[in-house]
Amino acid sequence: MLTKRIIPCLDVTEGRVVKGTRFIDIKDAGDPVELAAYYDQQGADELVFYDITASSMGKRPLLEVVKRTAERVFIPLTVGGGVRDLADMHDLLAIGADKISVNTAAVKNPELINQGAERFGSQCIVLSVDCLRRTKTDGSIWWEVVINGGRTPTGINVLDWVVEGVQRGAGELVLNSIDYDGTHYGYDNLLNREVAARTAVPVIASGGAGKLEHLREAILLGRADAVLAASIFHHGTYSIMDVKRYLAEAGIPVRLDIYGHTKQGGER
Amino acid sequence: MLAVIDYEVGNLGSVYKAFRYLGAPVSLTKDPAELQKASGLILPGVGAFAEGAANLRRLGLESIIRERLQKGTPFLGICLGLQLLFETSEENAGSDRLAIGLGLCRGAVRRFPAGLKVPQIGWNELKFTRPSPLFAGLQSGCHVYFLHSYYAAPADCRLVVATTDYGIDYCSAIELDNIYAVQFHPEKSGEVGLAILRNFCAICS
Repeated sequence: MLTKRIIPCLDVTEGRVVKGTRFIDIKDAGDPVELAAYYDQQGADELVFYDITASSMGKRPLLEVVKRTAERVFIPLTVGGGVRDLADMHDLLAIGADKISVNTAAVKNPELINQGAERFGSQCIVLSVDCLRRTKTDGSIWWEVVINGGRTPTGINVLDWVVEGVQRGAGELVLNSIDYDGTHYGYDNLLNREVAARTAVPVIASGGAGKLEHLREAILLGRADAVLAASIFHHGTYSIMDVKRYLAEAGIPVRLDIYGHTKQGGER
Repeated sequence: MLAVIDYEVGNLGSVYKAFRYLGAPVSLTKDPAELQKASGLILPGVGAFAEGAANLRRLGLESIIRERLQKGTPFLGICLGLQLLFETSEENAGSDRLAIGLGLCRGAVRRFPAGLKVPQIGWNELKFTRPSPLFAGLQSGCHVYFLHSYYAAPADCRLVVATTDYGIDYCSAIELDNIYAVQFHPEKSGEVGLAILRNFCAICS
């Protein structure tokens, strides 16, 4: 059975992890490569590097980070943040990224999704959407697409945009809830569920995880195929294995056997 | 020296890097001389079936692969590299020309049935159907990373060494004499994947 993926997300700028982590057993917790290797050993199913540097992709230390990561971490690596065009995608994939996450650039130029999917395959193109809850005058809610790192509302309905994005060739969707991000109140399960009902590609819940229940709810209530989290892992609130064991007990299929030697819980 | 066959499709580098990480002597090449003397051949690849098959022919690699396989050289196909061993694929089903593979294994490559999320993306279980040196040291039920829309349906089920459940039970690994092939990505399957690549190195030595 296909397992639900647990994905730590690392915010990176100038080649360093932005938010400090509380791991004392890592040589350099500011080094994305060291953290990537650590999370791999912890049982992460995939990793996301999200670059928040403002300079153009070609000048970023990120490329070097991706290259070094790909030489020693052998799980899927998604890279996003500031990807503007096919050349950026090509550079990242050539150096070792497995998937490219596009957000603002895809809203400004939706053809970018088509071009990326045609050239590199849909499996490489992850459409990441920053979503803001809105209430209509009749009290019903909708979600607005927001770009430029959560600063610029677009008026576009998230549910329309994800359907269009998938039609254009996006192979996965990441839904970042601006309302829930950083609150530790849980994921926006209503949003994720609405998107999952309208699309046939994996949906990755992002933003809001604070407790173990939240990850379970994202999967069972939000119908997410994968959950992305940052602070609960970086702050050491829970390890990846804490999350996976909890989900397994709730009957959710997860990958516990990192080394493939035992059927259950095979850490070293 | 192992040779990762460079037939100008996607995702060759990560397989090459994984073997290098394991300390195996390996080259990424389409040079016939190098392929002729390699102790093991690896055919990875992400991309379209028809394009992959056409590239193998255009670059003169099909005849070399056939010749080396007949001589007993160990071969590892990964993802598209597994599918290309079969006779035909439904991948270009809209077009008037059937995509023809190497035909070293009898059977067709089919699309996952409607109603499933396609591509299958993520970690799924390998259920071993018989022992294979490729999976030495691993337990049936271990997880590996999959990323594909099509799967191989061998005509001869004796080829199958592992199956996987994605709505249907399908063939996720085969073994036929010196030919080994897997539908998943060992180069993206963490420690389990590295163990499989290490096993292939042992088969080649």
